[in-house]
Amino acid sequence: MAGLNVETSTTTTIDRSDDTSPAPTPREIVTRSGTSDRIFHGGAALSGMAVLAIMGAVGLFLTIQAMQALRATGFSFLTTTEWQPDRGQFGIASVLLGTVLIAFVAVLIALPISMGTALFITEISPPWLRSYLVALVDLMAAVPSVVYGLWGLFFLQGNIVGLSRWMNAYMGWLPFFSVTGAEPHSPLSSTSVYTASTFIAGVVVAMMVMPIQCVVMREVFSQVPPGEREGAYALGSTRWGMIRVVALPFGRGGIIGGTMLGLGRALGETIAVVLIISPRFDINWHVLEAGGNSVSALIALRYNEASGFGLSALMAAGLALFALTIVVNFTASWFVARSRSGASSEA
Amino acid sequence: MSTQEEVEVTTGHRAASVQPIANPGQHHSAGITVMPLRPSVALPPQERRATREFTRADIMTLIGAMVSGMAVTMLLFGTLTPLEGQPGFFVVFFLAFLVIYTVLVSLTENRPAVVDRVMTVLLGCAGIIAMIALASVIIFTVAKGWSALWKPNFYTHDMSQAGPLDPLTVGGITHAIAGTLIMTLIALIITVPLGLACAVFLNETGGKAAGLVRTVVTAMTALPSILAGLFIFATWILILGFERSGLAASIAMSIMMLPIIIRSADVVLRLVPGNLREASSALGAPHWRTVWHVVLPTARSGLTTAVILGVARGIGETAPVLLTAGFTSTMNLNPLKNPMVSLPLAAFEFVRSPQPALIARGFATAAFLMFLVLVLFSLARMVGGRPAGRLSKRQAKRAAVHSRKDLARFEASHGEVIA
Repeated sequence: MAGLNVETSTTTTIDRSDDTSPAPTPREIVTRSGTSDRIFHGGAALSGMAVLAIMGAVGLFLTIQAMQALRATGFSFLTTTEWQPDRGQFGIASVLLGTVLIAFVAVLIALPISMGTALFITEISPPWLRSYLVALVDLMAAVPSVVYGLWGLFFLQGNIVGLSRWMNAYMGWLPFFSVTGAEPHSPLSSTSVYTASTFIAGVVVAMMVMPIQCVVMREVFSQVPPGEREGAYALGSTRWGMIRVVALPFGRGGIIGGTMLGLGRALGETIAVVLIISPRFDINWHVLEAGGNSVSALIALRYNEASGFGLSALMAAGLALFALTIVVNFTASWFVARSRSGASSEA
Repeated sequence: MSTQEEVEVTTGHRAASVQPIANPGQHHSAGITVMPLRPSVALPPQERRATREFTRADIMTLIGAMVSGMAVTMLLFGTLTPLEGQPGFFVVFFLAFLVIYTVLVSLTENRPAVVDRVMTVLLGCAGIIAMIALASVIIFTVAKGWSALWKPNFYTHDMSQAGPLDPLTVGGITHAIAGTLIMTLIALIITVPLGLACAVFLNETGGKAAGLVRTVVTAMTALPSILAGLFIFATWILILGFERSGLAASIAMSIMMLPIIIRSADVVLRLVPGNLREASSALGAPHWRTVWHVVLPTARSGLTTAVILGVARGIGETAPVLLTAGFTSTMNLNPLKNPMVSLPLAAFEFVRSPQPALIARGFATAAFLMFLVLVLFSLARMVGGRPAGRLSKRQAKRAAVHSRKDLARFEASHGEVIA
């Protein structure tokens, strides 16, 4: 013990009271990187700038090209429903409305199913089943959109017109569900008024969007702190009570973020919509009625026959869609990043 | 002394270290362990309680509600009301089932329990609907394409010899398979180095500029795929005057895949523990060696996953290829000249024809594409799925071998100092 005492006394003899040296200034910290590091940093910066340039070029080029068409029409671009660029009569009122309607139907159908599935996987399913369900949902998110399109065209369309007709028959008093020229109660009437509708395209897009939303939500729900979960149970909560007061508030950012992410995908979906829908250019709120449109379907169908000016008009439409999806995506990542579950669940 | 004896009796061998409380006021200062006095009467043996969630009564309630729901629906549809239609039948059945189930449960349970049961059933239904939907997509696609999938010529021929009316024994999708492979390969050659370098820039060297790049990349993940195609169509084909080719499609695919790869690689690199980087720097490694030998190997599985996810998105996407690759029914291995076709585009074009043989080919192509993407995804799950820094068994073994080799090397050059 004595030795230790001596040692501590010697270490404390540094006495600053009679220090005559000038007051110490903080040392300058310089990082001198070698040649190899300078090359590395330069290369990394170069690739970063290259990506920035490519992405910037895409955005800028689309904007510049679209300006030609936008200048020609001005504000009426937003209000015109027709699409005849060669006659100067074109606008995105109907196609953008069609896009939003399809995406809206899709999210409306997909949201309860994806949320229910996510909660079922994280909270209810027995552990041995859970990993299989997770794999299945991931798998569903991986199925190419053309497969959903084919399924929708050849399988869903034939089976769902019955539901369309049923909804029209019993809920037709709602303005959305009314169909012009349909006689839902007559058993002999043709179902062709219900085919190729916004509703059917929306259901197909919902199939595509649902797993995307589900993946994000499941990720968030699986991060619910076990302490809070068990705390709710310990206070006597039922499982649904726990979900309502712990899991849902915790995962709110993920639910909103995942929904918006799905919405972004739904807005941009091309091929499934092209396969299903029969294009029409008027403001059509009746989702069950045959015919609808979307911006990406318009581009896919018209790009080939378009003149220079027509192409510019298509780009203007594409740009409007892009602006919409950017807003949706940024809102999504804002919500996800702001939530308690944090940025790690960003998809 | 009687208390001490009692403690010894009730607590058995542990009583040796326990002293009885002679004086309750003193036991703090003495610092002794106090054992509670247990009742000496033996409790009756308790039966093990079942902790499972569903009792037999619960399952019976569920089945009963289903049966009576079905009965009510049949009654409504057949005789009592003019309701009709198969889909409506399911909707009404579901509603009837829910109402009856709620009533049945509320006979025995209180309100929170009833809500819990009903919500559990609803969530289960959501899961079942999702799984049925997935199963119906896969089964329907494979079933429709079955007749073409089992013809060997489907994988060895292209469509140049097959007219629209020819049977399935003629023609196949070799040209589309080759096209998909070539386009994906070119897209990979463009996106992997650029994407990974950009992710490294964002995480390791970027500084302030990284924020701007990250924002732009995030914005570009929202780019609808058809706009990537339209961009290449307008610049590469119309302005620069190149013809529609595999290369043009690959560039369009790259523009679509690049933000996806960068973003997921960025997330993965962010998860690499900072102390690994610091340890490497502290050992005197230059920055590029830290990145090359520490950061990238640590995140290898995650980076592989990022690339594979990007590829899976790229392979399945039809819209950009539709605008830029053109369409052909003959084999074309040259990405620079002449149109080239990919699997999703081939499927899309096949089903536009009314001929049943072509439609079957379209579904078979879609099934093959789905199979390809699933293989890619299971690959991604096998490689990735582990957080950065956690090694698989084989990786751990390899690391151990490596470190043993290092030890031998150190010993050879420094003697026995380290050992």
